[in-house]
Amino acid sequence: MILRLVVAALLLFITLPTVVVIAVSFNPTAILSFPPSGLSLRWYENVLTYPQFQRAAVNSLVVTGAAVALALPVGTLAALALERGRLRGRNAWAVLLLSPLVVPGVAAGLGFLILAAALGLLRSRSVLIAAHVALVLPFVVRAVWVSVRNLDPALERAAASLGAAPSHVFRRVTLPLLKPGLFAALLFAVVVSLNEFVVSLFISNRVTEILPVAMFTYVVNYTDPTIAALSSLFIVATFVVVWLADRYLDLARVFLQH
Amino acid sequence: MLATRDVKLALLPALVVLAVFAAALGSLFRWSFLEFVPGSLQTGGLTLANLRAVLAPQYLATIRDTVVLSALTTLLTLVAAYPVAYALARTPSRRVRSTILVLTLAPFFTGAIVRTYAWILVLGNTVITWPVPMLFTERGVLVGLVHFSMPTMILILAAALSHIDPVYERAATSLGASPARVFWRVTLPLSMPGIVSGGLIVFAWTLSAFPTPELLGGGKVKMIANVVKDLGALALTLALLAAVGRLTAGRAS
Repeated sequence: MILRLVVAALLLFITLPTVVVIAVSFNPTAILSFPPSGLSLRWYENVLTYPQFQRAAVNSLVVTGAAVALALPVGTLAALALERGRLRGRNAWAVLLLSPLVVPGVAAGLGFLILAAALGLLRSRSVLIAAHVALVLPFVVRAVWVSVRNLDPALERAAASLGAAPSHVFRRVTLPLLKPGLFAALLFAVVVSLNEFVVSLFISNRVTEILPVAMFTYVVNYTDPTIAALSSLFIVATFVVVWLADRYLDLARVFLQH
Repeated sequence: MLATRDVKLALLPALVVLAVFAAALGSLFRWSFLEFVPGSLQTGGLTLANLRAVLAPQYLATIRDTVVLSALTTLLTLVAAYPVAYALARTPSRRVRSTILVLTLAPFFTGAIVRTYAWILVLGNTVITWPVPMLFTERGVLVGLVHFSMPTMILILAAALSHIDPVYERAATSLGASPARVFWRVTLPLSMPGIVSGGLIVFAWTLSAFPTPELLGGGKVKMIANVVKDLGALALTLALLAAVGRLTAGRAS
């Protein structure tokens, strides 16, 4: 019973900032008050009409779209290789593939900045996309790997023994069976890339910056609830994605096993 | 089924991605040994002067503060995450497990900026009037850091706890141990691998924390990453100038 109360209190601590942001986003005045004195959508209007946010939103879509389109096939192939490739030192390969997760954002950001400057790529989005591919790859590999592990090779052997060509087996048996893992990988990659901030801060400028970087600049310079409105949109989108993922994939399997 | 050799080759594209990442880290590492030439955009020869400069008193103080804050964060996160992880790993109800998991994962996937901005609102006196100042103090940064680390710690601890066979706990109980004793003598020692790996990951992550101290510290609380960013902003200007310089030089020739 006591444990239940403690857990509830801790979950409240985790959720509290989220609730406050959403409440503040409907605040009618620029000076924050809680509870709000009324309801207003003016900050949401502000988000949609602020030119720098519009530009950053386009950049976010381009960078995330490109990074996910690259990371998904690359990570899927790597997960297949890890499970099926009979690699020597498989654990070492796995650790290597997951390693971008543990590199400090400032170090990676500064490194990409120096590399981009040396290659003369500071004005383009290509370095941003390359960095995002590396940063979401660990999530893709991990999510797909779980699915590959649960895939019974007997099903593929059955298809092959019935005369299907290897490429046919891959397209008609392997890929469909990997669908839950691929779906999870897609969700994680999109969410992680859309929210990436530290590395992107170093390698983007006013023209190429993505939404979290534009939000950071706004928070540093202004105090009105416009950011609360934009944050609320982010939070609601993330909750829906995580809830959907849990509904269709049973996230406990992805995160609590091995 | 594909041949084993083809499957091995499937690792190649990922290795290319990792190579780009390694190249970025490598160029950072190389830069740390290059001589800084004041008043010039070019770097000089190899030197250890940069590494010596890090040992200046103002940087040492930042490093000390960062280590202390990270250690405190790790300890508090462990204590706060353990009960949630225990509930997550042991609840028999799928609904409760899903609720805890979604509430834990949503902040994990909500970006650093959104979460830190949320804490600016909570720690500033808009929602709750705090008896002591919270925003722009080490206390406030600590709260933000613990909140930031909790989802990761909960997931790692829950994974470790779900590996423990409940048979051991039942055996201890049937031999007459009280629930508290079962926890201290059986559950806690068996979850040690999770505690160690979770603690290490959170400590290492917090050492390089950037947005939380930057926004919640308001320039008064500086951790290593904030100093790096301040210096990096200078490097950015230099790099941009260097790029422009190379462009114009290329046109001229």
